[in-house]
Amino acid sequence: MRNSIAIAVPLRLRPNISNTLPHHKFRPTCFHSHEGHTISCVPYSAPQTKPMALHFEILGRFNRARAAQLTLPHFVCQTPLFMPVGTQGTIKGLTNNELERIGCQIILGNTYHLALRPTSELLEEAGGLHNFMNWPRAMLTDSGGFQMVSLLHLADITEEGVTFQSPVDGKPMLLTPEESIQIQNRIGADIIMALDDVVKTTITGPRIEEAMYRTLRWIDRCIAAHKRPHDQNLFGIVQGGLDPELRDICVKGLVDRNLPGYAIGGLAGGEDKDSFWRVVAQCTAALPEDKPRYVMGVGYPLDIVVCSALGADMYDCVYPTRTARFGTALIPEGVLKLKHRAMADDTRPIDPTCPCMVCKNYTRAYIHCLVTKDAMGSQLLSYHNLYYMMRLSRNLHTSIVEGRFPKFVCDFLQTMFPKGDVPEWVCNAMEVAGIDISSCCAPFPSCQEKYSSDEIGTNDIHMELRLTHTSYRPTRNLEI
Amino acid sequence: MKFAVKKALSSSGARVGVLEVGSCPAPIETPALLLATRKGLPHFISPELLPSLPSPDSNLLQVSPLHFLEGLSTTTISKIGGLHQMLGLKQHGIAAVPRDSIQCLPESKAATRLGASFETPCGRLLIKPKDYIEMISCMKPNIWASLADEVPAWVSEKRNKTSVDRTLRWLDDCISLYPAAGSIFGAIVGGTSLEERKRCAEEVAKRNVSGYWIGGFGLGEGIDERPALLREVMDILPDEKPRLTCGLGLPEEILQGIAAGIDLFDSTYIYSLTLGGFALTFSLDKSGEQHNLQSDQIGSDSTKINLRATAYRKDMSPILENCTCYTCQNHTKAYINHLLNVHEMLAQTLLEIHNTHHYLRFFHVIRAAIQDGSFEEFRQAFLESRREHFKGEAIST
Repeated sequence: MRNSIAIAVPLRLRPNISNTLPHHKFRPTCFHSHEGHTISCVPYSAPQTKPMALHFEILGRFNRARAAQLTLPHFVCQTPLFMPVGTQGTIKGLTNNELERIGCQIILGNTYHLALRPTSELLEEAGGLHNFMNWPRAMLTDSGGFQMVSLLHLADITEEGVTFQSPVDGKPMLLTPEESIQIQNRIGADIIMALDDVVKTTITGPRIEEAMYRTLRWIDRCIAAHKRPHDQNLFGIVQGGLDPELRDICVKGLVDRNLPGYAIGGLAGGEDKDSFWRVVAQCTAALPEDKPRYVMGVGYPLDIVVCSALGADMYDCVYPTRTARFGTALIPEGVLKLKHRAMADDTRPIDPTCPCMVCKNYTRAYIHCLVTKDAMGSQLLSYHNLYYMMRLSRNLHTSIVEGRFPKFVCDFLQTMFPKGDVPEWVCNAMEVAGIDISSCCAPFPSCQEKYSSDEIGTNDIHMELRLTHTSYRPTRNLEI
Repeated sequence: MKFAVKKALSSSGARVGVLEVGSCPAPIETPALLLATRKGLPHFISPELLPSLPSPDSNLLQVSPLHFLEGLSTTTISKIGGLHQMLGLKQHGIAAVPRDSIQCLPESKAATRLGASFETPCGRLLIKPKDYIEMISCMKPNIWASLADEVPAWVSEKRNKTSVDRTLRWLDDCISLYPAAGSIFGAIVGGTSLEERKRCAEEVAKRNVSGYWIGGFGLGEGIDERPALLREVMDILPDEKPRLTCGLGLPEEILQGIAAGIDLFDSTYIYSLTLGGFALTFSLDKSGEQHNLQSDQIGSDSTKINLRATAYRKDMSPILENCTCYTCQNHTKAYINHLLNVHEMLAQTLLEIHNTHHYLRFFHVIRAAIQDGSFEEFRQAFLESRREHFKGEAIST
């Protein structure tokens, strides 16, 4: 234990990654096994005209799913990966030491909150957020736009930027793309996000189109304002609501800018699952192979498995830590509500298959008596839930690299849906992802509906948007 | 449990001892601090970080069985196998004492001849000896105090006398219901009456107990009344058995207790400091001298700093330069200041780690002074220079 304690010394960023990137073309050398697995593949990379502070190397595939090594200035990561949200410079209640033990590779900081307290200027003086919180691994900051729109009643979006009332003194303020990037430059994360015009997917009408085009105009302003392209990666965010044409235009526009990575935004906001996966599928099909794809705000373990099958690499969500504070644990079967009376004499660990410190040492009964009443309860549950997400990330990565991804998906679904009642949207998505999950599904009419693989998976998409009106079905609860 | 006195000073009651308890990795030197817990675990320090505290000093915990009444039955605790198993703390020594001085406080008005009363987060509870013994036998602590009727300093003589009678009777009940689990420490009460204290101590000394739990302090008596009361009790108790007390938390009180001959202390001081955003910075110099460290900040004095103060906003140095705790090795005052401002729980975690570490080092320095024979000088120097600083603060601000 003592050996692993980090000593506080000024952190030095690693040398410029861009200097070490290959600047010549590779011939892709892919070995295909008879089952369709790709054993090793060296990515084809075009000559770099823009400096990049990351290196993305795909180590294994299954159809659209990929496992990769993402090299960032502060850390070398394995994807698919989940990023815990550390809003204000800390993941609720957990120390850096515990986060490393859990296996967190990248944590997310919220620009809006950090700009308020302790301010980006102070962080810059401290040598960046890494130094300030002494986090030795990678970090990502969002643009601040989303929080503003969701947290502030009187936020308004104009061409200039996001106008809002300062929560401190009520003064009118403006967050422009330039300002957002400047703040993020000062914070110093490995990955920074462009300011986008984000609208809820539940909104319809011309606002979505306006937001998409504005996002494209703003990306140019973000790129121009970005002072540290050599050690911070600016990711663009694909918007366009649930409209495939708008999404397509946005993807093309962003890809033209040749950014180090791309995010799929505007989802995880209340849209039905069927629409959700289709947007992800469309975007992952259209975005470049050799760059990371980040689905923002996702989320539930099931969603992460599906999106990974469809070709996404990075995820973030407050869900694991937030649900921990309400006494809910993540387990392979779904969720476990530790507050429930039945837990009071259940002497099993939260998850017998989980090797984390909490599951190795504590019973459901003990956690039950702590949750929602004592700080330690949230801490222990947050620890377990994050461990679960990291374990899921690791399993996704390794199962793809080791050529057993479909089996992993089937085992995952079987454990979560032992009666075979896999939701229709998952069946549909797996169909498109080319993963046979018939062994996990009880006979279910919608699973058998075929979508021709020509319709989905190509760059030019004329996908009929079928809003099936199935409202969002929550991850299966383990009702006791 | 085994206890032996290694060195006793003739000039005062202070003594250094060695306590072997449970499966603690090494014998623990006394005087020692028992860490305060909530439902068995520290308030904020995660079990992962407990090993980062000095060991084996940090291996003693005080647990109140009453905490578990809020949601965990004794049958379940039994099924799990007792506290050590349930808390994942197999290498720790656990002392069970009903009173925790923070949330489980003795309520003398509601106590009856049948049982002691406590104000708890679950409301007011009447604990009878039989129920208490049932809890103890399920929990299997290494050490446990018998059930006591503690009364505050202002009760009538009659009530005080009754409290001693009850405490003795409950001690006999505890002994006869012997849970065959852990070492029993006989409870000694008596309020602020020298006679009652003496009577209680004499009676308890006659019983077959492994040690003594000296209660009834921190309940309204003046700090100057205590030495006489403590002396009255200590003069009677046999030297070779350990003495545990409750309610003496501040450094001055610890020194007072050690001078009287107490070996084991719980303390709520760390918890109060942590909640207030304070970090201990008083000098651990072996002479006891308190050098003027950082006394300019608002709310701070040279014994502790208030990390909420805006002065620390940009302070990129650790709380204490030479401190080897996890907090000082990894984080700065500026970071903790930020965490406090944004109401993040990590602030309390980091502060509890530092404060516990610092207090454990304080005990270590005291033990060295006793070994050296310089305890009385240490105590004088410590108290006087501390008093000077406080006086200085009061005059200058």
